[in-house]
Amino acid sequence: MDWNWQVIFDHIPDLLGGAVLTVQLVIFSGVIGLFFGLVLALLRLSKNWMVQILPFLYIFFFRGTPLLVQIFLIYYGLGQFEAVRESFLWEPVLSQAYWCAIIAFTLNTSAYLAEIIRGAIQNIPVGELEAADAIGMSKWQKLTRITLPRAFGIVIPVYSNEVIFMLKGSALASTIALMDITGVARTISARTYTLMELFFAAGIVYLLLSWVILFSFRMFEKRMNRHASYVPPDVSTHTVG
Amino acid sequence: MFDLQGFGALLLSGATVTIQLAVTSLIIGMVLGLLGATAKLSNIWLLRKIATVYTATMRGIPELLLVLFIYYGGSILLMSILKKFGYNDYVEISAFWGGVMALSIAFGAYATEIFRMSIQEIPIGQQEAAQAIGMRPFQTFYRITLPQVWQIALPGLGNLFLVLLKDTALVSVVGLKDIMYQSSRAAQSTQQPFTFYMAAAIIYLGLTMLITGFMMWLEWRANPAARYAKKLSRQTIQRQSTIG
Repeated sequence: MDWNWQVIFDHIPDLLGGAVLTVQLVIFSGVIGLFFGLVLALLRLSKNWMVQILPFLYIFFFRGTPLLVQIFLIYYGLGQFEAVRESFLWEPVLSQAYWCAIIAFTLNTSAYLAEIIRGAIQNIPVGELEAADAIGMSKWQKLTRITLPRAFGIVIPVYSNEVIFMLKGSALASTIALMDITGVARTISARTYTLMELFFAAGIVYLLLSWVILFSFRMFEKRMNRHASYVPPDVSTHTVG
Repeated sequence: MFDLQGFGALLLSGATVTIQLAVTSLIIGMVLGLLGATAKLSNIWLLRKIATVYTATMRGIPELLLVLFIYYGGSILLMSILKKFGYNDYVEISAFWGGVMALSIAFGAYATEIFRMSIQEIPIGQQEAAQAIGMRPFQTFYRITLPQVWQIALPGLGNLFLVLLKDTALVSVVGLKDIMYQSSRAAQSTQQPFTFYMAAAIIYLGLTMLITGFMMWLEWRANPAARYAKKLSRQTIQRQSTIG
């Protein structure tokens, strides 16, 4: 087998173009999914089962089925209904592969994030919440000042994993003919008959992206949890003798 | 809405292919994971490095890319090897075995980490005690380490198996006739994609529930001590309630 390095160098700009699309997909669905997941997690934690049941079913569905099914359901499936095809959303949004991919990724990741956030909220030491009650915080104050900031600190390390999963899942956008990294690699390799080289190059781009994500999360985590590594200035050496 | 128009049997045949793929990849992936964990914890520098590179790369590369790479790349590689032996026909890796390779490699990378962490959880004293009563290294591994590792690793492996089940859908991209492939075919010929992809989703949900139930049973089986403790506490409660 002959390995053709030249074809990789020739197509680096195309792969980087694909990387831009991949990053767009991950960031859009990551940010919207985080908010959506937070709402779902809070609903899921409600004591009323009527409120709980819908988010539960939602999470169950989106965590129990493959992302590929979800993408196909939204991109191919919705067109089955006359009402959807005639609605105002059809032309600009639901018939576009790009938006369908973003919708599918957002719905998918929000289900996973909801469970992560719920776990984090349940892991907050009860004493801290009782303390908030004791000093007379309102429910809203307790949520925004104690629960969410505390949960946020717990969530970040796990959230970075979820973002990596999303990065990997975004490769599925190529199945609905989007030109993300995998899509670019597939198209070019079909034209030039250099499959191994281009898939190898695409793999490298994914690895670089995931390292960037992991590194930036590590920095962010260090900053968010800086109270944990705070060393008070050593007063003992400055005592007045 | 759920008029399957006679495609039900086709979907079920797809489901059996999906199950075969998932179970085969699970078994090979577990072996890879155990080997990887042993390599990561070994004293040999080269083995440790290989295992680290393996887990670091496989966890950053999309499974879809891996499936495509192994299915197409594997055929190219196989053909170029066969050419050296003077065999010039066109050969192709089957979608099933290509899928098994890709999925078990991905599964193995995550399983390596789970096994490594579980092995490290076990107090070193256990192994020392086994040595002290004269067990051979293999006996120590098989009788002392493995049952405990199994118990610690089970919940993580269960999650991984669920991920694996969902990843099997990717192999339909290279033409494996699994649930996804069959429902695409049904969707195309009936022009009712939503119905058939929803049917596929429901089959996957059913499989997910089955696996979850099975894992709960395995976890219950793996920990006889916890079971005994539960039984004892139940008896105590009963006795108290009869006295009181």
